[in-house]
Amino acid sequence: MIPGLLFGDIEDGAKLPVLEKEVKPVTVVLGAMASRDWRPQHHDYKFATENNGLDDIIMNTPNLAAWFERYLTDWTGPKGRLGRIKFRMRDSVYPGEIMNFSGVVTGVEAIDDELGWVDVSIELEAGGKSCVGCEARIALPRTSDANPWKRRGDAWQP
Amino acid sequence: MAASSAHDLPEEVQSWIGQERYEERTEFPIEMGYVLTTMSATQNGNPLYWDAAVADELTDGPITPPTMVSVWFRPHDWSPGRTEPAVPLQLHFDLKDHLGLPEAVMSDNTIVFGEPIRPGDELTTTQILHSVSPLKTTKLGTGRFWDFEVRIVNQHGELCATERYTGFGYNRDAAQGASK
Repeated sequence: MIPGLLFGDIEDGAKLPVLEKEVKPVTVVLGAMASRDWRPQHHDYKFATENNGLDDIIMNTPNLAAWFERYLTDWTGPKGRLGRIKFRMRDSVYPGEIMNFSGVVTGVEAIDDELGWVDVSIELEAGGKSCVGCEARIALPRTSDANPWKRRGDAWQP
Repeated sequence: MAASSAHDLPEEVQSWIGQERYEERTEFPIEMGYVLTTMSATQNGNPLYWDAAVADELTDGPITPPTMVSVWFRPHDWSPGRTEPAVPLQLHFDLKDHLGLPEAVMSDNTIVFGEPIRPGDELTTTQILHSVSPLKTTKLGTGRFWDFEVRIVNQHGELCATERYTGFGYNRDAAQGASK
C-alpha cells in the first residue's frame, strides 16, 4: 500500500509543514540545467551582477516550480495529483539564502465518492524577502483504493 | 490580466488574436534523465519517480512531474545550422517587436495539467494570443499588458497542459525595472 494523505484528513485552514532549504550555487546551477534554462543569470556570476545588476546568480522560475511541486507532494504523498498551479514572482532567490516554504489550505471540495480537490496557498520566503506566491489545486483520494492518476479525459477537470 | 483588446493595435497584431500559431514539436522524445536530475536538484524523494513498482501501480508506468511541462520545449543552447538564438514563447517576443516595446516582464503564470507526460512522448505546442490592453503606465514604464495561452498536446492528440501568461511590454521611460 502506498502511504499518503486522504481527502478526509484535510481541513480548510490547515497549515502545511514548513520546509527550509539552504540555497547553494549548485542548487541554482543544477536546477537551471535540469530545467534546460541556459540563460547566464542562472550560472554566470559576472553576467548576473555586471549585466543584470543582480546580487548573484538567481534561482530560475521553472526550477522553483519543481520545488513547489516537491513541497506539495512531500505533504500529500505520491497519490497527490496536481491539477493547476499559479505563480506570482516578486523577488529573486540567491545562493546563501534559506528558502522557507510555508502553506495553508484555502479550500476543500469533494469531486465525487473517490476524489476531492484541495486548494493550497504557498509562500516562498528567502533572505527575509517574500519571493514567490503560489496557489495550487491538488487532487487527493477519498479512500485508500482511489487513485487520482487514473482519471483521464473528461473525468479529469482541474 | 487584459480582458478585452485595445482598438489601436497594428493590423498584424490584431489578426493574431484568437489564432493558434507557432506550432512546434519537442526537439527530442521525452526522457527520464532530466526528470531524475530535477528530482536530484530539488532533493525530491517522491517514489513515483524513483520506484518503478510505484509508477506501475499509480500511473501504469513512468511519468514526468507535471511542473516540468515547459522543460520539454526549451530549445537546445546550440544546434547545427541554427543562425539565430531560439527563444521559447516566441509570441511574447514578437509582441515586443511589433508593438515597439523593448522591455517586458511576465506577471502571472497559471498552468493547468491534463494527461500526464510520459517518457517517449512527442509533444506539440501552440500559442494563442487572447488580448492586448490599451496603453497603460505602471511603475516600470508605459506599455501594454498581453494575455496568451500555450497548449501542449501529446502524439495522441491528448491535452497535457495549458499555460496561461500575462505579460507587460513597456518602454522603460524614466522608470526602473527588471526585464526579461
